[in-house]
Amino acid sequence: MNLSTTLLGRTYQFDSVKQVMAKANEQKSGDVLAGLAAENDTERIAAKQVLANLLMRDLRNAPAVDYELDDVTRMDQDGVDEAVFATIANMTVGEFREYLLDHRTTEEDIKRIRRAMTAEQVAGVAKLMSNMDLIYAATKMRVQSTCNTTLGLPGTFSARLQPNHPTDDVEGITASLFEGLSYGVGDCLIGLNPVNDSAASCAEVLKRFDEVKNRWKIPTQQCVLAHITTQMQAIRNGAPADMIFQSIAGSQKGNEAFGFTTETVKEAIALLREKGTSKGENVMYFETGQGSELSSNAHYGADQVTMEARCYAYAKQFKPFIVNTVVGFIGPEYLYDSKQVTRAGLEDHFMAKLTGIPMGCDCCYTNHMMADQNDIENLTMLLGAAGCNYVIGVPASDDVMLNYQSNAYHDIATVRETLGLRPIRAFEEWLEKMGIMENGKLTSYAGDATIFAGKAGL
Amino acid sequence: MTHEELVKRITEEVVRQLLEKKGGQDSQLSAKHPPLPVENPAALEQMKRRTPARIGVGRAGPRLRTETLLKLRADHAQARDSVFRDVNEGLIKGLGLFTVKTLCQDRNEHLTRPDLGRRFSEETAREIKAKCTLNPQVQIYLSDGLSSQAIDANAADILPALTDGLQDLGIGVGTPFFVQYGRVGAMDAISELLNAEVTCVLIGERPGLATANSMSAYIAYRAKVGMPESNRTVVSNIHSGGIPAAEAGAHIAGLIKTILERKVSGVDLGA
Repeated sequence: MNLSTTLLGRTYQFDSVKQVMAKANEQKSGDVLAGLAAENDTERIAAKQVLANLLMRDLRNAPAVDYELDDVTRMDQDGVDEAVFATIANMTVGEFREYLLDHRTTEEDIKRIRRAMTAEQVAGVAKLMSNMDLIYAATKMRVQSTCNTTLGLPGTFSARLQPNHPTDDVEGITASLFEGLSYGVGDCLIGLNPVNDSAASCAEVLKRFDEVKNRWKIPTQQCVLAHITTQMQAIRNGAPADMIFQSIAGSQKGNEAFGFTTETVKEAIALLREKGTSKGENVMYFETGQGSELSSNAHYGADQVTMEARCYAYAKQFKPFIVNTVVGFIGPEYLYDSKQVTRAGLEDHFMAKLTGIPMGCDCCYTNHMMADQNDIENLTMLLGAAGCNYVIGVPASDDVMLNYQSNAYHDIATVRETLGLRPIRAFEEWLEKMGIMENGKLTSYAGDATIFAGKAGL
Repeated sequence: MTHEELVKRITEEVVRQLLEKKGGQDSQLSAKHPPLPVENPAALEQMKRRTPARIGVGRAGPRLRTETLLKLRADHAQARDSVFRDVNEGLIKGLGLFTVKTLCQDRNEHLTRPDLGRRFSEETAREIKAKCTLNPQVQIYLSDGLSSQAIDANAADILPALTDGLQDLGIGVGTPFFVQYGRVGAMDAISELLNAEVTCVLIGERPGLATANSMSAYIAYRAKVGMPESNRTVVSNIHSGGIPAAEAGAHIAGLIKTILERKVSGVDLGA
């Protein structure tokens, strides 16, 4: 294994695969904060050059966290199909990049290759890809999942409706919910981030979502994104939940900092099989985001792209219905500006799809980073082109509970109309029945939340 | 009818229809605040009363209306200004406070290096020790954090309310000062420097679009560098639209009294 290279007359010698992986990243403030980033652009390219000539097996053999220490590594490594792995083990990472981009490599080929992937291989090839590479390669990597409805079919672009409220007022939440439905948003999920992490409050909101869903016969699913143990308590008490949510990290230590273990997730799935309200086989919802491991000191000296890929390897174990990166929420100390957030959003989507999970993105930013609504609209359009399963919709982009900005309800319709994408078929039929959508476009009734309120007698 | 006449009649009819349509649009545009084309305006008003979310905003095609878009941009501009500008120096001086900096050299470093925003140089540490009463029962200080505007908006009300509240309870208060480019964790370094029993920082929170004025108080008993985050007691949402500053000052004084009595803070304090 060669860890040195000469670039522009200078020789670069790296200490380890882990160091090459970190320094080969596009610049991210979080890698600088962790003391792992390349010193300058030439060192970054030298690291990419070394990485391009490493073999896929070199990456597999260098997990970011030791096998003995970490259940994420163990599940990822133990899940590899060794026969498939043998077919790529001696490819260089550079060759593997070209293999994924090759016209002759089909979606079926990628389905097979996924069985050979570990997180470090996925992250490694992402580091060699340009932004357009990440978009193009992802278009060959569709991943479907089924809860009450099926998401991720080619030609669809879905959205989670996020009707957050600063005090969890159920009528206020319902108002934002009706507004979102009237814009054709919500085919992925109706999902609330609660202020109050109690089982009673979680149950109250789930009951309202269930009433609305049943009254209007909406083909979708519902969730309240409280802590995993809170949701489980609510379900045991009889609350109607289609799935269970949890934020995850790329190491066991990171997950423990989030207050759960692999056993907890297994219990959650078993509970949903028994008491959940959904019919399909995919019942977990995970959120991720570059930098979260560093923020809980659970990154083991690995860069944030690699740790993010490990989140997806972990998520895959539980056959989730949806996974999304909350890409711009973490702040400028991890992703400094729109350039870094855009790059991270495209990397995360590509890596998740290569891993084989149904990936969406919360295209978002906080007010203390160098980004604005224009930047996030760009990212959303790029992800629409990449075949991203879903994004997040909030009223006029302003989340009044989490105090950050994501996509407006309006943005979902705009991406669909611009790129010729549709909601999932069952939801589109429902929108047509309600008079909100016609031939894939919003009708004159769209945007009027009172079409629900009036008929509901509110 | 000749071919030319037919073309003329069709053209006239099309122009007439276009003008009619245009007239309709014009009359809508001329109204200053055109009513939203909703089925049930009363229901919309009721819905809007239940949430501060931007609902019932209408649309231009699938996009936001101009007024909605510009309001969002204005609110974002205000939020960013409150992150990127400094606290009003006159205010700090008027409150009789001296100013120290963390290891951050500028605003940008403050935003990207939270590790530096929790530490002080040896020189600054000496200055803090020289200017402050040592071994205070309670050490209070202000810090910009992620919103200078939060300090400008609340400091003059909350600091006297908190100090007076503590003195009324017979609790000794150390020398207050201001920390520029500070993160919450800087309170641990200050606690150790001054050997404070309780340390309380009043700090600007990351602004939302509607809440650039929001301040939080983080309070800890015998704070130490490296202690768990869960040792901090937090009072958040201090601003005119949340807990007003003067009211918050009195509330925090009571909370500090409990912390001193029970000799714990954070999750161990319970609800």
